[in-house]
Amino acid sequence: MQIPVQGFMYPNEVELQWSVLIVLYPFITGLVAGAFILASLERVFRVEAVKPTYRLALLTALSFLLVAPLPLQLHLGHPERSLEMYLTPHRSSAMAMFGFVYLWYLMAVLLLEIWLDYRCDIVVKSKTEKGLPRLIYKILTLGSDVLTERSLRIDERLGYFITLIGIPSAFLLHGYVGFIFGSVKANRWWSSPLMPIVFIFSAMVSGIAAVMLLYMLSSRLRRQQIDIRCLDKIAQDLMYTFIIDFSLEMLDLLQRIYEADESFRSLDFMVHTRLWTSQVIVQILLGTLTPIALLGLTQLFSFTDSVRKRIYALAGCLTVIGIFAMRWNVVIGGQLFSKSFLGYTSYKMGFATREGLLTAIILMILPFIILWILVKILPPWTDAESISASEEIPVHAAS
Amino acid sequence: MDITRRRLLALLPAAAVAWEFVRAGTPELSPNYKTSDHWWGMLIDITECIGCGSCVRACAQENDVPEGYYRTWIERYHVTDYAIERPHVESPNGGKDGFPLDQDPSGKNFFVPKLCNHCADSPCTQVCPVGATFVSPDGVVLVDKNYCLGCRYCVQACPYGCRFINPKTNTADKCTLCYHRITKGLTTACAEVCPTGARQLADLKNPKDPIHEYLRTHSVQILKPHMATGAKVFYNGMDGSVR
Repeated sequence: MQIPVQGFMYPNEVELQWSVLIVLYPFITGLVAGAFILASLERVFRVEAVKPTYRLALLTALSFLLVAPLPLQLHLGHPERSLEMYLTPHRSSAMAMFGFVYLWYLMAVLLLEIWLDYRCDIVVKSKTEKGLPRLIYKILTLGSDVLTERSLRIDERLGYFITLIGIPSAFLLHGYVGFIFGSVKANRWWSSPLMPIVFIFSAMVSGIAAVMLLYMLSSRLRRQQIDIRCLDKIAQDLMYTFIIDFSLEMLDLLQRIYEADESFRSLDFMVHTRLWTSQVIVQILLGTLTPIALLGLTQLFSFTDSVRKRIYALAGCLTVIGIFAMRWNVVIGGQLFSKSFLGYTSYKMGFATREGLLTAIILMILPFIILWILVKILPPWTDAESISASEEIPVHAAS
Repeated sequence: MDITRRRLLALLPAAAVAWEFVRAGTPELSPNYKTSDHWWGMLIDITECIGCGSCVRACAQENDVPEGYYRTWIERYHVTDYAIERPHVESPNGGKDGFPLDQDPSGKNFFVPKLCNHCADSPCTQVCPVGATFVSPDGVVLVDKNYCLGCRYCVQACPYGCRFINPKTNTADKCTLCYHRITKGLTTACAEVCPTGARQLADLKNPKDPIHEYLRTHSVQILKPHMATGAKVFYNGMDGSVR
C-alpha cells in the first residue's frame, strides 16, 4: 500500500508504528482512572450527592480495566512474548512498568475495593439465590461469609483505606501512560513534562463524563428517576476538571508557540493541515469549548430538570468524543511528521485487519458487554427496589 | 594472450582492487575476539560520498533487509543560498539506485549517508521493556530478535529514524554494524563496497586506529548532538542543514 508523503521523511518513518489500537490504550485507561476518581469522591471526600453513581463508577472502571491490555496485546509483533515484561522487565523502560502498575491497580485496588463494597450483598445472595447463581455468589464470597456488625465495620474501614491508596494509584496509572509518551525525547510532539499531568486531568474528564452518561442511560433503561442533584454535582465536577485540563493543554500550546523552537514550524503546519479536523474542530471546538460552554450555561442560568439533563447528555457525549480526539491527536499526530521536521506522512487505517477499525470497534464494545454482565451479577443500584434484597437478612450481632 | 603496455595499464587498477579483496580474505576466526577490547563507531566523510547507493545495496544483500526498509540509506541535500533551515532533501528508495540528476543549478548539493549511530546512551535501548535491544560490550546496539516483543517503542524513541519493524520477523530491526563481520576482523558491508572510502569502520578503543588522528585533525560532527545520545557515527564536512 502506497502511503502519501509530503516533503521528506526518513525512509523508515513513512509507515506509522502505533495504530488506532494504541489510541484506545490511553483512552480506555483514562476512563478507568477517571471513573475511579469519581467513585472515590463519594468515599473519601464524602460527596454524598454522587453516591448513586459510586458502585456504577467502580464497575465501569473494572470493565474498562479488563479490556485495557487487549489493544496492546493485539498490537505486539509477538504477543506470545508479552509475559516477558513481568518476568524480565527492563528497569529503565517506562513501558516495562505497565504490567506492574496494571496488576497493582487491578488486584490491589479495584478488585479489592469492589469485593469489600459488595461483600455483604454477595453473602446475602449466596444464601438467597438458587442453582448456578448461588454457586457463583458462593465462590465470590471467597469463603468470607460472616456478616456481623464488626465484620461490616472492617469492610467499611478497609474499603476506605483502599480508596485512599486507590486515588494516587489512579493518578499513577494514567500519569504513567502520559509519561510513556512525554518521556520520548526524540518526539517533539510528545516530549513534555506536562504530558502526565494533562493525561491525568483528561482521564478524570473522560471518566466522569462516561459515568455520568452511563448513569443517565442505565436510569432510563431501568425506567428509574434520575437523581438530578447527583447529576448536577457530577456535571459541576466535570466542568471544573475540564477547565483545569483545558488550561494545562493551552499552557503547553502557548509555551510551544512562544518558544517556537526548531520543531514549531513543522508542528504548526501539521496542526493547520493534517490535524485540523481532528484537533481544532473535533477536539478543541466541539469536544472541549462546546461542552465547557454548555456546562457553564447550566451554572449561570436556571433551566428545568429536563433541559439540564439534555444539556448534560450532550456535553457528556461531546466530552468523550473530544477526549478520544485528544488521544488520537497525541498518538497518531505524533507520528505524522518527520523527526527531520521536513515532511509529513499519512495514516491509513485498515478495516478488518488486526489493527483495523473493526478491531477497535469491537474493543470499544467489549467493556460495555463486561459491564452489562457485571451489573447483572453485582447490581450497583442504590434505589429501594434493588437494595431491599440485602436488607431481608438481618445482620448478626457482633460476637 | 599478449599483454600490451596499454592493456597492462588498464588491468592494473582492477588487479589492485582484486588484491585488496584477497587481502581482506577469508574471515578471521573469532575465538580471539574480545568484546572488551573494542568500541565500535563509524566515520563518514560527506565530502567523499558520491551517492552511488552501493552501500545501501550491499547492506540489503548482506543483511537480507526487506524491500522498502533500510538499515542504511543516503539522503541528498539541496541547500539554496542561505536557506540553511529549509533544505530540500530526498532519498528515493533510500538512495539504493543512486539519484537522478539534479536539474536545479542554484545552491549546493551533497549526499549524507545515514545508519544507526550506535549511541552510547541510546534512547532505544533505554525504552525497550524487556531489554531485547542492548548495547554490546564493544559498543554496538543490537536487537535480540528471539526476545523482542515487537512493541515498537524503540522505533519511536530513535531520534534518527534508523529502526523499523521487519515484516518477516515482526521484531525491531536496524543496522548491526555488520556485527557478524566486524567480530571476525572484517569491515562492514557498506564500508567494504564504498568506492570512495566515504565510510570507514572505526575502533575507538584501538589507539592505533587512524580514526584518532582523523578526529584530531578534522572538524567532525555527530547528528543531533542536542539529543545527547552519545552517537558514534562521526561526520566530516557536515553542513548545518543536515538533520
